[in-house]
Amino acid sequence: MNTHLTEDDLVLHYYGEMSDADETRSVSHLSACTECHASYRRLQRVLAVVDEAAAAAPELPVHFERTVWARLEPELRRGTSPWLKWLVLSPSRLVWAAAVIVLVAAAFYAGRLSPRPADAPAQASAAPGAVRERILLMDLGDHLERSQMVLVEIVTADGDNTFDASMERAEAEQLVFANRLYRQTAVSTGDRTIASLLDELERVLVDVAASPEQLPADRLAEVQRRIDSQGLLFKVRVLSSELRDRQKTAFREHAGQPGRSSL
Amino acid sequence: MPQTDAATVALARDGDSEAFRALVERHGRAVFRLAHRMTGNAQDAEDVVQETFLKAYKQLGRFESRANFGTWLHRIAVNCSIDLIRSRPHRESGHDADDLEHFGAVSEGHESGQQTPERLMLSTEVYERVTGAMGGLSQMERAAFVLRHFEGQSIDDISRSLGLKVNATKHSIFRAVRKMRTALEPFVAADERG
Repeated sequence: MNTHLTEDDLVLHYYGEMSDADETRSVSHLSACTECHASYRRLQRVLAVVDEAAAAAPELPVHFERTVWARLEPELRRGTSPWLKWLVLSPSRLVWAAAVIVLVAAAFYAGRLSPRPADAPAQASAAPGAVRERILLMDLGDHLERSQMVLVEIVTADGDNTFDASMERAEAEQLVFANRLYRQTAVSTGDRTIASLLDELERVLVDVAASPEQLPADRLAEVQRRIDSQGLLFKVRVLSSELRDRQKTAFREHAGQPGRSSL
Repeated sequence: MPQTDAATVALARDGDSEAFRALVERHGRAVFRLAHRMTGNAQDAEDVVQETFLKAYKQLGRFESRANFGTWLHRIAVNCSIDLIRSRPHRESGHDADDLEHFGAVSEGHESGQQTPERLMLSTEVYERVTGAMGGLSQMERAAFVLRHFEGQSIDDISRSLGLKVNATKHSIFRAVRKMRTALEPFVAADERG
């Protein structure tokens, strides 16, 4: 092969993605052409540096696993109802489920064969945007109020002694799940201010949820510093009050006007 | 003595949440690293970790005990990362030339003064350079490159995972490598001269 290898050819060769015929020609060309050989060597070195960097990735914090679990556990509890868990976690039980499905299907089929009364009137249409927005604002407002109470309890706790954080911890566990959903909604609707605040809040809530029930003074001080340094309590209060205003506006606009989605 | 993954999975299947917690503790960091490479963002990576373990928990019944739990989890994490990337707006076109110029300028700046080859040898320094270069890739370029370079997946497999045509996948990888070369070659060269 007389023509030089392109950069893209070199990439395909590096990853072993060439056809056999092209691969043979490339190997032969690389052994004969100093220019292409040098270019390939440079590519190899760059990609080796990429590998080196992957090995040098900074270590995650020691409490990483605890944090992951604090986020995960409430969702596992919430996500799978006991009967579903009983069913899903043991495939043998699916046999029972299959039997139930067959019975239900048979009953449904029998129902279709029997005469039925005239169709019921159609259900009311879905809630209009304004109502949806009011519910959403109310929910997020409640969430922030509850979060605020947890933050206040922690900030005002006596820093000289071990703090019994069992109540705050349980509440934070509940709030983490909802917070994550609100944050993801805010991200997907492009509401950056709310998303960023909820992100800050989530980190503190996760920290509280992952903490021991008896919070040692130094650990308490650390969480208090974190809340203080970010001005988190203040920001949550401001957003709460902003949401209350939006809620009032949404109520006023309810007289026929569809609401603007703000989250 | 810690239990094997297979034994721990069996306990988790029977509803032992502490066993599932042990699996999270064993594999959480690896899942985070993969997700971070794929998404390029710590917050997204945390979400991927969350989704991965939630899915794993829900699908434990389908996990075959002869398989490797880590590999199985890894596959779920890749899929969760791809789902997240797909759900975000793409930044695919129109910034190649600018990016390459930007990389060139940044690289020259470093080459001309502040960086010495000795400092470059420091792994943290290399990490920052590579992270910066990876940060300039579009989401699809990054996903395709990570799957090819770090995960060793074939271009055909990557095309299927990302829902792209084979040629589009190849070009995502080519563009990614080109950007990495533009950003990193001056440093590699300086390192060799040093």
